[in-house]
Amino acid sequence: MSSKSARREGFKKMTMSPKEYQAFAKTREPSRSVLSNCVRAFLVGGFICLIGQGIQEFFMHAFKMPVDKAANPTVAVLILISVILTCLGVYDKIAQWAGAGTAVPVTGFANSMCSAALEHRSEGLVLGVGANMFKLAGSVIVFGTVAAFFVGLAHLILGTGGQP
Amino acid sequence: MQRGKQTWWFENRPVIVGTATVVGPDEGEGPLAADFDLIHPELDMQQKSWEKAERLLLEQASDLALKNASMTKEQLEFFVGGDLMNQIISNTFAARTLGVPYLGVFGACSTSMESLAIASLIVNSGAGKSVLAGTCSHNCTAEKQFRYPTEYGSQKPPTAQYTITGAGAAVVAPAGIGPVVECATIGRIVDLGITDPFNMGAAMAPAAVDTIQMHLTDTGRSPGDYDLIVTGDLATVGHGIAADLLKRNGVPMEQTQFKDCGLMIYDVDKQKVQAGGSGCACSAVVTYGHLLKRVQSGELKRILVVATGALLSPLSFQQGETIPCIAHAVSIEQSGVYA
Repeated sequence: MSSKSARREGFKKMTMSPKEYQAFAKTREPSRSVLSNCVRAFLVGGFICLIGQGIQEFFMHAFKMPVDKAANPTVAVLILISVILTCLGVYDKIAQWAGAGTAVPVTGFANSMCSAALEHRSEGLVLGVGANMFKLAGSVIVFGTVAAFFVGLAHLILGTGGQP
Repeated sequence: MQRGKQTWWFENRPVIVGTATVVGPDEGEGPLAADFDLIHPELDMQQKSWEKAERLLLEQASDLALKNASMTKEQLEFFVGGDLMNQIISNTFAARTLGVPYLGVFGACSTSMESLAIASLIVNSGAGKSVLAGTCSHNCTAEKQFRYPTEYGSQKPPTAQYTITGAGAAVVAPAGIGPVVECATIGRIVDLGITDPFNMGAAMAPAAVDTIQMHLTDTGRSPGDYDLIVTGDLATVGHGIAADLLKRNGVPMEQTQFKDCGLMIYDVDKQKVQAGGSGCACSAVVTYGHLLKRVQSGELKRILVVATGALLSPLSFQQGETIPCIAHAVSIEQSGVYA
């Protein structure tokens, strides 16, 4: 019966080196279409900016605000929309389709903070929400500030930019 | 008792006298929905945290498994279980509710078969007469601990896997009605240097291959001795790799059916689960819910469940470590058929 049908010769041992295996595994990864991802990111990212422009125009016309003054409430509204979509559990679904299109605009930043705050609410307001809210956004702020510093330094050295 | 190098042979033929599976909404929409005991329509299960929801899954699966085994909590002697959470809290808290002597084990997604192997060893050796093996996972607790907040908008690559929300439990006893645990092959860590936590199938495939080959060598069997050899959660990418590696190593897998629990639990083409399912509960709910029913009915005479686990931590992969993987195989057969 069953045990009598046992093979007589042994199996090959794993003959691949880790390097060979990694190269082999790489070939088995389904390809991600860079082009369609770029197109989606462009469309969704552009659409979010279009909404932002619409909101800004609204503030400029309805409240007679100058361009620079209208920017602040515009960002606030976009953040509010992003937070509402995150709380409704929709933002991550859009992001799976849109990729960088939803990550790069200010809405992505708001989503990263809001999602972390929601997730860690169960650990309390201080150690949960407070301590974890910048878990993802923190690195954006750190490296954004560092980048701004070096750009500022370059302007100083080259004598370009900057306001009197 | 010990056969070959890594295999435990259970000559006293411990029996799985009762099993239960509880799953979440996505699994309830999958092709195996009819085989689960309880399907939760919501991910939060009206609990205050994801962690509490995961614990509830296991508590319910344990209760139902005991009920299906026609056993009371007082009759249960030992509980062996583990999960993916830090310090395996889901099992510990469920064990607090059960109030029986408890062994916590960690094998990541291989925990289902690790706990079943240990439970069978206890029963086979006469160290206990009724042992519960259980495991659970929750999509949101796993996302929270290993990846990003659940509502964070990040795009997952097609190699990523979707952690199953569910729990599976099995009661093992020296005698009774149910499938027999025939033997178990304990895996060793295999690490071929994959570092991408979004491609765990590829990381775990060599571990599954290693354990399957070791099992066949130890038992002197060929794949044809099983009606089904099923891996735990290799999903599309990993399962394809495992099949290729086995072929390359001269294992005649064409003699049997070679499947993967992570591909069986979801309709991978329709449900948005990327490469397929994963998580401790993946192999547990598919085995305890779907496969054992087929074994009991005689549709499958003997199966080999090879539960695969990626033993990484969020810390280890952030520090650039590779992913150590393991696979444990348990052979389950219809009672009376081969005895």
